[in-house]
Amino acid sequence: MSADIQSLINRLPSLGDAVLVTLQLTLGGAVLAMIVALVLGFGSRTQSLWVRGPSRVIVEFFRGTSLVVQLFWVFYVLPVFGFKMEALAVGIVALGLNYGAYGSEVVRGSIASVPRGQWEASIALNMSWFHRVRRVIFPQAWALMIPMLTNLLIQLLKGSALAYYITLHDLNFWTVQLRRANSDTIFSYTVGLLVYFVIAYLLTWGMNWLEERAKRRLGRGTRPTLAEMFRTKPMVTSELPATTPSTAKGGLV
Amino acid sequence: MTTSTGTAPAIEFRDVVKRFGDNVVLDGLNFSVPQGQRITLIGPSGSGKTTILRLLMTLEELSGGLILIDGDPYTHEYKGDKWVAVPEKRRRVVRKRVGMVFQQFNLFPNMSVLENIIESPVHVLGKAKDEAIADAERLLDKVGMPEKRDFQTNQLSGGQQQRVAIARALAMDPEILLLDEVTSALDPEIVADVLDVLREIADTTDITMLLVTHEMQFAREVSDRVLMFDKGQIVEEADPETMFTNPRHDRTKAFLKAVLG
Repeated sequence: MSADIQSLINRLPSLGDAVLVTLQLTLGGAVLAMIVALVLGFGSRTQSLWVRGPSRVIVEFFRGTSLVVQLFWVFYVLPVFGFKMEALAVGIVALGLNYGAYGSEVVRGSIASVPRGQWEASIALNMSWFHRVRRVIFPQAWALMIPMLTNLLIQLLKGSALAYYITLHDLNFWTVQLRRANSDTIFSYTVGLLVYFVIAYLLTWGMNWLEERAKRRLGRGTRPTLAEMFRTKPMVTSELPATTPSTAKGGLV
Repeated sequence: MTTSTGTAPAIEFRDVVKRFGDNVVLDGLNFSVPQGQRITLIGPSGSGKTTILRLLMTLEELSGGLILIDGDPYTHEYKGDKWVAVPEKRRRVVRKRVGMVFQQFNLFPNMSVLENIIESPVHVLGKAKDEAIADAERLLDKVGMPEKRDFQTNQLSGGQQQRVAIARALAMDPEILLLDEVTSALDPEIVADVLDVLREIADTTDITMLLVTHEMQFAREVSDRVLMFDKGQIVEEADPETMFTNPRHDRTKAFLKAVLG
């Protein structure tokens, strides 16, 4: 065991770099995924078939193909056509497109959950489409979509471990290196699990904070105490039905 | 009040058709409302009254015919023989003259009372924020709730929310105000407060008003003219006294008997 501890201590300096790569993949992927989700989510709602058709096709394509294959495709196949990116960029693009496709269904469903009267009142006040969405519809939909986006963000974090296969020195790579150093499979992968868990927990905590803030702006919920903030479950009863990964992945209409 | 053509009616429906799928709600409706008149639409549910207001607010698309506001084409126009939709950019210019209050209030929950009222004056009309706030405070005074300025909308009762919604519509300084069953969702004891506010607006402004309501006493007090609808057609049209005391048409008699008891 002390050999294990020694190997862990030896590898601690590189843990920071590994976590940084994983965070870059996760947060970069999440930002791209959110942009993709908004574009495709709104695109799926328009009346124009020229926008809605391609949006639906892109969503179905990226949801319906394996993330690993997408990752390899961007990394190995695109350069054949002359598009060569750094491994980190490849990871962010593949994660962003894949989870953006799932996220677009969350966006679409949440926008559809905002009462029609809100659209109508904003038309009656002569707002432009963009103004309506930005100031009235999105702030309300945002509070609804955060719990489902939290699910996707955690999944994205875990999905980022695949970046190891395109040569990135992320947390997964670090775990493998640790095992190589001490040859203790149980110890090394358990440490790996724990570090992923801590990151996921912090992300959940941050998203809960965002959710509370969004709900307070809608006049629901109160400022949470510190203890409440550290709970992984949101404390304000949501008006949405309980979310499970399956609904987050597209059951919601 | 500024109008482009001066003598044109505030609202004119010309052969207006509205279908929902196979269901024809309005089938060639014609009527006009002179500037400043208060018109009440009555009739059984499904007779097309609310559809008329929703068409005027562009919440529904016309299936045929024209709606003119102050003589200007609004949602559709004829280019030669072709009946075409007016682009959104031009619709917005005309829509600025029309305001609406809804049965369900539809206040924005992500904004305070004040923010609800000033949002469009500032961001759509381009009013200075200080000026918009001063106007909003004056309007909140008028609807009797100056102390609720910074409340969240869900801290208000239904009647209070509706009075804010009225202030919000007035803040856009509309020439035409559409009132769609604005007291139907309220508790009976609160209805009077909202009607008082509307009565005062009717007395102190020259806004053209089109209202759909089941408050017959109120309709009688504020309207210049009452239109009785059935199956998308005007069956009878009269001043309120005549309509409520001496209706001619059997359909109107039956309807008023059912409503007034």
